[in-house]
Amino acid sequence: MAVEDVAASAASHAMTPGEYVAHHLKFWSTDPDFDGVFNLAVFHIDTILFSVLLAGLTFWVLWLAATRATSGVPGRFQSAVEVLVEFVHNETKGIISNETSRNAVAPLGLSIFIWVTFMNTMDLFPVDLFPVIWSGIYSLFGGDPAHAYLRVLPTADVSGAMGLSISVLLISIYYNIKIKGALGWGHELVTAPFGTSRNPILAAILGVVNFAMQMVEFISKTLSHGLRLFGNMYAGELIFLLIAMMGGAFTLSGTGFMLVIGHIIAGLAWAIFHILIILLQAFIFMMLALVYIGQAHDTH
Amino acid sequence: MEVISFVALASGLIIGLGAVGACIGIGIMGSKFLEASARQPELMGELQTRMFLLVGLIDAAFIIGTGVALWFATANPFLAQIAQIAQ
Repeated sequence: MAVEDVAASAASHAMTPGEYVAHHLKFWSTDPDFDGVFNLAVFHIDTILFSVLLAGLTFWVLWLAATRATSGVPGRFQSAVEVLVEFVHNETKGIISNETSRNAVAPLGLSIFIWVTFMNTMDLFPVDLFPVIWSGIYSLFGGDPAHAYLRVLPTADVSGAMGLSISVLLISIYYNIKIKGALGWGHELVTAPFGTSRNPILAAILGVVNFAMQMVEFISKTLSHGLRLFGNMYAGELIFLLIAMMGGAFTLSGTGFMLVIGHIIAGLAWAIFHILIILLQAFIFMMLALVYIGQAHDTH
Repeated sequence: MEVISFVALASGLIIGLGAVGACIGIGIMGSKFLEASARQPELMGELQTRMFLLVGLIDAAFIIGTGVALWFATANPFLAQIAQIAQ
């Protein structure tokens, strides 16, 4: 039964390129028919599952390195983790001058960097690998394999990437209140960047303008922070899908063979380039998170 | 038919114009980095870190645009809207 279902699902993959891409772009969602943009009641189970699993993996890797730390000559794994920790610590020292905040923010930076790297690395798996396994499991449990959607990249989901950047926003709001006090931060919200004046009417107008500018600044920082990561990973995933379609178009003809050779060459080149993008985007996300939290420490 | 041709044109424009902006920006930044490295080679490592950070920031809008354009080019969402209007 399961074999027939898997074969049927394999036959159903003889779909048009548009259908193939559309099938691979759908999430394993609590409401699969939802086509809109924003709905707080719909959850993407695959994003949540993979991001939690990879967070557990991050935690486990760092815990391994921490508990096995010896004062003797370190091994390779130990040295690698130490290099990472020292790198993040140096970056944090340059950005955040407050010692007590650094005790909390430097580990946050390390976690962000390693977790986002792990989440981004899910892009390097073959595009069809996890969805085919998942549709096999889905049909074992009596579901229709054509409706078994799975997307393995949590950061290629707007919810995933924006979730990370909204968390950074909440942390920076917390540090704003902690360092400047609630009243102090409130005062800054209505007096920066344009200043204030003695005249109460003018001060009120300036206060409204300042507050609007501050809100725009917060919103644009958070949006760009998350969407940058999302855009890079989404574009990478789409290009991997297109390359996979090139390989899937194998026929016993001249064009067919050239397409497969193109698939191998393009896939290799793009995968190698994508390794750089993965690390770079995780690094940029971490640095910007540190910069935004550091900005919460500045007073005007 | 018009929708398909307009979407194709739009995808090309999005990718092309985004690439123009991103490449010129990175070209300017890279040339400044090379000048600074030639002037003060001891700062090369630190400047390189900052340079990669800026590469990511400059490429952001361009890559988001490329993702959207590739999505239009392959799984065109406007065709579904036409089908809905036709009903």
